[in-house]
Amino acid sequence: MKLSVLVLEGPYNHEASDSAYNFIQAALAKGHTIRGIFFYDDGVYNATRLMDPPQDDRHISKRWSELGATGIDMIVCVAAAKRRGITNEVLAPNIRISGLGQLASMIDEADRLVTFGD
Amino acid sequence: MLHTVNKSPFQNSSLENCLRVAQQGDVILLLEDGVYAVSVGTAKSSLIEQAVKRHTVYAIEADLKARGLANLVKEIRIASYGDFVDLVEQHPVHAWL
Amino acid sequence: MAATGKKVMVTVRKAPHGSIYVQESIEVMFIFATYDMDLSVVFLDDGVLALHPGQDTRGLGIKGFMASLGALVDWEVTKVYVDRQSLKDRNIPENAIITIGKDEETDAPIRPQVRDSAEIAAMMAAQHSIVSF
Repeated sequence: MKLSVLVLEGPYNHEASDSAYNFIQAALAKGHTIRGIFFYDDGVYNATRLMDPPQDDRHISKRWSELGATGIDMIVCVAAAKRRGITNEVLAPNIRISGLGQLASMIDEADRLVTFGD
Repeated sequence: MLHTVNKSPFQNSSLENCLRVAQQGDVILLLEDGVYAVSVGTAKSSLIEQAVKRHTVYAIEADLKARGLANLVKEIRIASYGDFVDLVEQHPVHAWL
Repeated sequence: MAATGKKVMVTVRKAPHGSIYVQESIEVMFIFATYDMDLSVVFLDDGVLALHPGQDTRGLGIKGFMASLGALVDWEVTKVYVDRQSLKDRNIPENAIITIGKDEETDAPIRPQVRDSAEIAAMMAAQHSIVSF
C-alpha cells in the first residue's frame, strides 16, 4: 500500500506528530511505501531545525529529517509556513517547502491518506 | 470505513459526532486522548458500550498504557500501530479531529 | 466541467475564527479544485458555523475567510454539503446559511446543499481519500 500522511499540529504541543511518526514507522516495518508526508496548519512547526528539546526526549524535527533522508517526500506548505515564520533558513534537513498542489499529488498517487491533528 | 477519534469524550464531542454518522459495520479506532472513552464505569462509558454493538472498536495499546488505563470495556480490541496500518489498508479513513 | 479524477472529500468540523482550521481548509479547497479530482466538501458539527450568516470579523482585527467562501463556486468547488442535524442543533435555519456563489444564468444564490447524516456517511464511504479539518 502507498500511504500519504497529513500532519496538522506542531511538535510536542499535541500528540499528532508522535502518532503520525509511530504510524509511519509501523507502515514501513510492514513493507508499505510512504508516498509523502505533508505538514499543514501548525504542522509546519515540525520542520524547524531550531528545535532544542531536552536530551533525554525525542527530537521531533531530527527524526522527521531522518525519515526524509530515506527518500520520503517531506513537504511543508508554503502558505502555512509563511504565516508562521518557517522559512528555508530554519528548515530541518531533507524537508522542503512547497505548495498545496503537492498535497493533491500525494493524495492522487497514494492508496490512502491519513490525517493526524487535534 | 475506518473512523479515528483522538479526543477525550469528557471534553469533546467528536466521539459522539462520529458515532452519529458511522454506518453499521464501520470500524472505530481510538487513539491519543480518544482512548479514555474505553474505561468502564465512567460518565461516558455507555458511548462505547453501545458502539460495540454496531462497530468493531479498537484502542491503541501504547496510548492506553501511557494513560494507565486497564479497566476497559470488554469488547474493545487492543491494537498496535501495525494493526492500525492494517485497518487503513482495508478501509478508507476519516479522522474525527 | 466533469471531474474525472479520484473522489476526494474535505471535511470541516471546527468553528471558525476561534482557530484557523476553517480558513486553511478553504485554501485547500481552492487548490484541490484546480487539480483533476472529484472534490466534495462537507461542513458538519461545529464546521456548519462557518456558514452562519452575518459574520463580521473587523472588530477582531482578523481578515477572515468569508469572501473566499462566497467564491467557492467561482473556483469550481461546487459539491458542497452541510449536515442537517448540525445546523438544527445550532439553530441555523437551512435557508439562512451563507451563499457560496451565484447561478451563472439566473443570478440565483447558490448555497451548500443540506444533507442528512446518513447521506453524508454514504458519501464518505465512496471517497478515495478524506482530508479532515
